[in-house]
Amino acid sequence: MSEELHPSVAGAQPYMREERQGSGTTDEPLFESDEGRERLEKIRSRYPSARPALLPLLNYAQEKNGWVSTRAMEEIAGALDLTPACVHSVATFYTMYNKRPVGRYLIQVCTNISCHLNRGDDVLERFLEETGTRPGETSENGLFTVVEAECLGACGFATVVQINEDYVENVTPEKVPDIVDALWARAEGRDA
Amino acid sequence: MAFPHRHDLETTTLLSRHMGEEEARHLDTWLERGGYEGLRKALTMEPEEIVQVVKDSGLRGRGGAGFPTGMKWSFMPGADDDRPHYLCCNADESEPGAFKDREVLRWSPHLLIEGCMIAARAIRARHAYIYIRGEFFPVLPILNRAVSDAYREGYLGEGIMGSGWSCDLTVHVGAGAYIAGEETGLMASLEGRRAEPRVKPPFPAQVGIFGQPTTVNNVETLAAVPMILTNGAEWYRQWGTEKSPGTKLWCCSGHLNRPGNYEMALGVPLKDILFDVCGGIPEGRAVRAVIPGGSSTAYLTPDELDCETTYEGLKEAGSSLGTASPIVMDESTCLLRATRRIAQFYAHESCGQCVQCREGTEWVTEILTRIEHGDGRMEDIDTLYDLCEQLTGRTICVLADSVVFPLKSSLDKFRDEYEAHILRDTCTAT
Repeated sequence: MSEELHPSVAGAQPYMREERQGSGTTDEPLFESDEGRERLEKIRSRYPSARPALLPLLNYAQEKNGWVSTRAMEEIAGALDLTPACVHSVATFYTMYNKRPVGRYLIQVCTNISCHLNRGDDVLERFLEETGTRPGETSENGLFTVVEAECLGACGFATVVQINEDYVENVTPEKVPDIVDALWARAEGRDA
Repeated sequence: MAFPHRHDLETTTLLSRHMGEEEARHLDTWLERGGYEGLRKALTMEPEEIVQVVKDSGLRGRGGAGFPTGMKWSFMPGADDDRPHYLCCNADESEPGAFKDREVLRWSPHLLIEGCMIAARAIRARHAYIYIRGEFFPVLPILNRAVSDAYREGYLGEGIMGSGWSCDLTVHVGAGAYIAGEETGLMASLEGRRAEPRVKPPFPAQVGIFGQPTTVNNVETLAAVPMILTNGAEWYRQWGTEKSPGTKLWCCSGHLNRPGNYEMALGVPLKDILFDVCGGIPEGRAVRAVIPGGSSTAYLTPDELDCETTYEGLKEAGSSLGTASPIVMDESTCLLRATRRIAQFYAHESCGQCVQCREGTEWVTEILTRIEHGDGRMEDIDTLYDLCEQLTGRTICVLADSVVFPLKSSLDKFRDEYEAHILRDTCTAT
């Protein structure tokens, strides 16, 4: 990014990056680099005390590593002068933190009421079939993790599927094979 | 990202005027469209005067509760209080059925920033936070760019628009918790804690984030503020009714020919929105039930759709305007299954503090699942009614009550569905 990150949005960067997820067990230290220390300072400057920086820093851990490890939680605890147990109790409350590495493509299928009425359950089933996985499990090639999601807030475009940071809308079971094929192609293209 | 709004239908475009226009996201082009004029005016006014204009407009909270916005602002301490005051914009849109705030955020980010600054001035806040749900990643680059530009050009920060007044704004991103949309849950989450709601009082205006006076307003509420300041309270009242003035973004989903977002003056009959604007039910099927205000509101039957879409009108019809998010179910819908899916959501999202909610929502889901699988007993209906009683008004927040509205109304209005499943293991859906 060429433009300097304004402190007002330093804690608001997207944190499910394709290039970070599916990278095995990458677990880089967060605040040993200049970039990490700068992010920490910018985020902290927006709050009158340390603890409100917790979610933004957990987000940063996931942005950086694709998941939030126990080690990362401990590092954040140290930076904010909190106990590791306190950070752990917060991190486990929120569903978006990957407490273990996920596939390169985290596929979240909404089956909540509006999607449910528009065959969301069948869409989920089809994603599981096409990727050969069970819910929450990562495929052996490390590419896919499929989970059932609660409402993603795009109910007029059911069924809604979130793939990493992107929304895919109006998904029907029939469209699923093409979506999965496109992800395969993307992964292979990048590997080549 | 698809764009849902349709200008070719009989809708009113105040909030949604520039939705779908990519260039309107940028500060310079937004200014050409009259952006920040409301704030310019507000900067010449005393906080009490701004509160009075919003009170006079009759604007009500668009996050679900419908509380009068100007009155909420007036609960904040006055000039003699030297504690820091805060504004929180609730952008944690997560009520199943609702998808309006995302549209404001991604198409008109400067409208929201302007609304935040006017509100902040009205409540004497020097820092505003926009708490946005984690899943809305595609919105973040758009909103972040708008906020950064607004800082650079002096619409945020020190000496806003050349005035002596200063205010900061910070974008704060959540991480997946429905309950963070409840205002005290949101405050806990912003403070870096589990999003567990707390008992009120004390109300946020006395003890809010960081222990200081705080106002929490929904995205759509704040987005309506700039035009009210620019044009005046009377102008705003030309839409809607006496008690429910203005326009509302309707989020229409489920079995509809044209689902999507439509901005309508409050008060038009619900059936006009569903059948005229949204084009009715696909393949000419009949409607079986409508949940009018998001999944936490009571079912309406087909003969109850004449009601007017105001806070009062939907209450009178036995339901609620909520987030104005009708979920339409056609005659092929199994209402037991639909209700089970709704209950399952609330069981999943219960924060677990209150026993009634933590156990009750789970229990409701289990019983409905058992009936769905053909193992129901007639006494289950009595147990479900009893659970409705146990889940009403006995918990810290209203998450437990939220499951009761669809559940109890389904038992009252569609008892035949339950009996068919229990007695004959069949479904009344066609």
